[in-house]
Amino acid sequence: MAASKEEIVAGLAEIVNEIAGIPTEDVAEDKSFTDDLDVDSLSMVEVVVAAEERFDVKIPDDDVKALKTVGDATNYILEHQG
Amino acid sequence: MNATNRTVVVTGIGATTPLGGDSASTWDGLLAGRSGAGPLEQEWAADLPVRIAAAVAVEPGEVLPRPLARRLDRSAQFAVIAAREAWADAGLTGRAGEDGIVNPDRLGTVIASGIGGVTTLLDQHDVLREKGARRVSPHTVPMLMPNSPAANVGLEVGAQAGVHTPVSACASGAEAVGYAAEMIRTGRADIVVTGGTEACIHPLPIAAFANMMAMSKNNENPRTASRPYDTGRDGFVLGEGAGIVVLESAEHAARRGARVYCEVLGQGLSADSHHIAQPEPTGRGIAAALQNLLDATGLDPAEVVHLNAHATSTPQGDIAEIKALRKVLGDEIGHVAISATKSMTGHLLGGAGGIETVATVQALHHRIAPPTINVDDLDPEVDADIVRGEPRKLPTEGPLTALNNSFGFGGHNVVLAFRTV
Repeated sequence: MAASKEEIVAGLAEIVNEIAGIPTEDVAEDKSFTDDLDVDSLSMVEVVVAAEERFDVKIPDDDVKALKTVGDATNYILEHQG
Repeated sequence: MNATNRTVVVTGIGATTPLGGDSASTWDGLLAGRSGAGPLEQEWAADLPVRIAAAVAVEPGEVLPRPLARRLDRSAQFAVIAAREAWADAGLTGRAGEDGIVNPDRLGTVIASGIGGVTTLLDQHDVLREKGARRVSPHTVPMLMPNSPAANVGLEVGAQAGVHTPVSACASGAEAVGYAAEMIRTGRADIVVTGGTEACIHPLPIAAFANMMAMSKNNENPRTASRPYDTGRDGFVLGEGAGIVVLESAEHAARRGARVYCEVLGQGLSADSHHIAQPEPTGRGIAAALQNLLDATGLDPAEVVHLNAHATSTPQGDIAEIKALRKVLGDEIGHVAISATKSMTGHLLGGAGGIETVATVQALHHRIAPPTINVDDLDPEVDADIVRGEPRKLPTEGPLTALNNSFGFGGHNVVLAFRTV
């Protein structure tokens, strides 16, 4: 069953917490992965792979560049999840 | 001293070892004659010919924040922990340039490992085979590269004069300390964080070392399995951890009012050119390294009061080292209190030169030589003064000079010398 927007944001918050140690409550749609959440380019790959598994979605490397914020990633997953 | 022959001193020490999570608890363990070895109770060890090792006393995950720990190989985790202690012990805080004390352009790191991030390599190979290429961690390469500990510590302290990783198997840590001292002596840097680290308690390295007949198979008695100089020795016990020191030009240390533990007198290097893994039985290469040290520093053998020996508890290696010492030091060997601390820590491979540099510095600072444990029946070929069972007080007056030996597969020989100031 497809995840709701709220479920995706909550899921991404758990992933970012695991990878970067940022408290889940600080992860919101307007937050930038690199500027606000201590997710560098290498860790972003980890976030993407974890999100792919969790939400049954494929995020090609070329599309990752456009995912600047948690909201970007949430909308991408909403549109592409299986 | 001119700009190309500057005096180098030790101003900070740090360690995480099988005896303790820092240098002070490690030193307490050494003086108490405590073994850090134990049984390997993991499921993967059940079918191995060797089922003992000396794991660190404090798991790095208990000390480091999780986001940092998960992107560092275990060997780099140890190095960062020990380096943080050494940096603080030297009276320094934060990154160079932020405190107005250390110029980042004049700060370096030289930290070595014998095998590098081998557990990361093997774990990620498992991920590749079991879960596929997409799941291989993007941190794999920066975690497994052997320069990762030096580079990560360099990032922590803000080192910009140079970040280096000499690799020479079990001599790596000592070679790093020697390289760091040269950076300062010749004027390339004023302060260098240096030492060695290793983390390879994993079935593949253990199986490989065991098949070389290099490790003790005394699985029933882990605490007495590492027994340098004893007639019953049958190989080394694998250890893990890191030892790091802060080296500094004497001038830089004096200018900032740093506490000085001792001087790094110098080093002697050589290569056996004998066999890829067997020690040269007469100790010819080791003797050459020691002679090179004496020639380079002008050290009189009569001044040497203590040696932290390489002595890994292998039948051939322990004797070759003693032969070399006797050849170069002659009868002066009689007043050298020899300690084989691997009897307690196990053999940390590339980390050995690091933790044994720390132990040598502590021995000079406290004027006491740690014991060698498990020497129940001294090999008659060991005609030297082994500190057995109990620690030994060194002379309470006057300058003291101590040596630290490290040798590695490949025929690498490194002798470091330290002197109280």
